[in-house]
Amino acid sequence: MVRFTKNLQRYVECPPTEIADVPGGTVAQVLAAYFTQYENVRHYVLDDQGAARRHIAIFIGDHTIADRIHLSDPVGASDEIYVMQALSGG
Amino acid sequence: MTDTLLIGTRKGLAIVTRRDGAWAIDRMEFLGIPVVTVTTDPRDLAWYASLNHGHFGVKLHRSDDRGVTWTEIATPVYPAKPDGLVEMEPMGRREIPWSTEMAWVLAPGHADEPGVLWCGTIPGGLFRSADRGESWEIVDSLWRHETRPGWFGGGYDLPGIHSIAVDPRFGGRRVIIAISCGGVWITEDGGATWQVSTGMKAGFAPPEVSMVPHTQDPHCLSVCAADPDVVWVQHHSGIYKSTDAGRTFTEIADVAPSVFGFPVSAHPLDPDTAWFIPAVDDGCRVPVDGKMVVTRTRDGGQTFDQLSRGLPQEHAYDLIYRHGLDVDATGTRLAMGSTTGSLWISEDGGDVFSTITNYLPPISAVRFA
Repeated sequence: MVRFTKNLQRYVECPPTEIADVPGGTVAQVLAAYFTQYENVRHYVLDDQGAARRHIAIFIGDHTIADRIHLSDPVGASDEIYVMQALSGG
Repeated sequence: MTDTLLIGTRKGLAIVTRRDGAWAIDRMEFLGIPVVTVTTDPRDLAWYASLNHGHFGVKLHRSDDRGVTWTEIATPVYPAKPDGLVEMEPMGRREIPWSTEMAWVLAPGHADEPGVLWCGTIPGGLFRSADRGESWEIVDSLWRHETRPGWFGGGYDLPGIHSIAVDPRFGGRRVIIAISCGGVWITEDGGATWQVSTGMKAGFAPPEVSMVPHTQDPHCLSVCAADPDVVWVQHHSGIYKSTDAGRTFTEIADVAPSVFGFPVSAHPLDPDTAWFIPAVDDGCRVPVDGKMVVTRTRDGGQTFDQLSRGLPQEHAYDLIYRHGLDVDATGTRLAMGSTTGSLWISEDGGDVFSTITNYLPPISAVRFA
């Protein structure tokens, strides 16, 4: 399941969505699958090179991802991904 | 004569209108979101707004019905960064991201090029759209120019293009831009090749490199529409004028109360008239002696008036950013908005100002619509 901060839902349609299991999947692959359904969300979350925007926080369950550049952290079948605002950047 | 002003602020886009002779805020769009710059397109009357969400990045919006409805359009996207490339900003403070961090200026293309828009960005990329912002292409010749790694940040951490003027002659092939801090550049062939302007002097640099053209900090550039050979620049270190369409600049010194400031507006019809807004200096960016004034030349820069009627003359700490001053197409109405949220209007070229409000969020851009 991929969920986004409600503050982003003000600007672009980004409902919580179950992403079919991506075997051996990474955050990048799961988000890419999400963006095939909601293309306009991509550039609100990622920069021009595909990295997480500086003031976006991405969690897998209860921990933030380690690789914000390539989004290579592995995602398990039962993991929840949360895309949140960092407290910086407001 | 237009009766509408678009005001980009830290907390949204204020639309200000003149009704029965009085100017007032009509409404606020994009509430809570910083609006970096706004522009209007005289060819199709579209309005454009550049937003900079703190968390979600740069977004551009267009309105075809004078702000009743807005459509999000494409944002300029940088090309893929070559693997392994590490570019540090020359002062060593940050790596240069190949990603749009601010869409700092939007400019309509030539009258004979409907749909063409230009966008100047931080970290220094220039983009061109041929379809009213539905898609953008980076101007590769400038982004990959050999001098570009030498551009550095001024005000912001990274270099950025903030001024774009399309010459009304030559069918759109001639464009002049200004970069903080990367100098003034001219293309005569629609962006295929670029020449850097000369004559400006960076007082903030060691003497050995103070005249290097591509590390100058022009804060703002404004071209006289009726005589595009006349170009005015408010530079970090002074006031400059060109009479050869921006190829070379000459300093205008000893302008009271100060030659430091950010905006400049050229009179659209009279090449001898331009307005500037002084602050003490780069170490103290407030009005001189707490008195808010506008300086105006009407003789090509030989002499300047200090215009203060209707402006606060004690304890004023307002700074006008580089897009915070505008003059209408007749050269009669002048509007300016400050970092303290004050908005002033003059109906007579600056002789007398009146206050529209003192309570807006910090103002980044003022444009007649």
